[in-house]
Amino acid sequence: MRHNIWAYIAVMAVTSYLIRVLPLTLIRRPIQNRFLRSFLYYVPYVTLSVMTFPAILEATGSPIAGALALAAGIISAWLGAGLLPTAVVCCVVVFISEFFLK
Amino acid sequence: MNRQKTTIFLQGVRDGIPVALGYLAVSFSLGIMARGAGLSPLQGFAASLLNNASAGEYAAFTAIAANAAYAEVALITLIANARYLLMSCALSQRISPETKSYHRLLIGFDVTDELFGLAVAREGWLPPRYFYGAMSLPLLGWSSGTALGIVAGNILPGRVVTALSVALYGMFLAVVIPPSRKSKAVAGLVLASFVASFAVSKLVPGLSSGMRTIVLTVVLCAAAAILFPVREEARDAA
Repeated sequence: MRHNIWAYIAVMAVTSYLIRVLPLTLIRRPIQNRFLRSFLYYVPYVTLSVMTFPAILEATGSPIAGALALAAGIISAWLGAGLLPTAVVCCVVVFISEFFLK
Repeated sequence: MNRQKTTIFLQGVRDGIPVALGYLAVSFSLGIMARGAGLSPLQGFAASLLNNASAGEYAAFTAIAANAAYAEVALITLIANARYLLMSCALSQRISPETKSYHRLLIGFDVTDELFGLAVAREGWLPPRYFYGAMSLPLLGWSSGTALGIVAGNILPGRVVTALSVALYGMFLAVVIPPSRKSKAVAGLVLASFVASFAVSKLVPGLSSGMRTIVLTVVLCAAAAILFPVREEARDAA
């Protein structure tokens, strides 16, 4: 039997929502346990770093363009560029470098 | 007071612009995939508006294309999105205990990699208003991009799509690099994450990127929490 696409969408939506909203509504005060606090403090940095590399190399036509964007992004952010400027720098580096790499 | 509230909302909107642009590009390619799974533009719009998850939607669309059982789609969505459980736990520590429930229910609607990144980049308690501003344009970009991808897969030149696709990574870097300058522990951890992620992707190619993110997050954060426990006052500075 063919399943209903709207029902699929509802199943996806409910699952995604519960995953996100349960921790936010159930954990209402600062966690006292030092290990857990340290663990959660480090989560964003590890999660975002793991998702950035090596994925940035695969997002572009040539891995070299991705590597250049990575280097440019790290340097910009290190020098204090914000979210939008850093993102723009990465995009421009890929756009320009792919002209030469292809 | 009202002026200040508007300012915070607008700061969120401004920070959400690169996210929205990146989403438009990514969801466009997701739309091409959704079309293959048999979704109409309206269904693609709804799926993205209600899910806000690239890997999760991608995995679910693959299952839908295979006419999978509903329970299977739920399980796949759960696995591909499990990292949001960790992010929401971390985010719960950035929300003031006084924050009302309806704010928590609304913020929980759009905890994505990028919006989470924006939220944690802000110092101190997260004002719900900032998050609402930040999620407004990305929500629109994500869902309309998916619908556009279903309608017409190849409006944008491939070169532009490729260039836009790194916008999200640039944003991630802008979140993790500045704290790395201040803390050697964070710097070491970011580097270790890059190396471990690369190694695992080569050594265990069968592991999905969502699972890799979960496993490495748990392992590396546990190690860091043992080796470099955070001091009491450090949390507010982060």
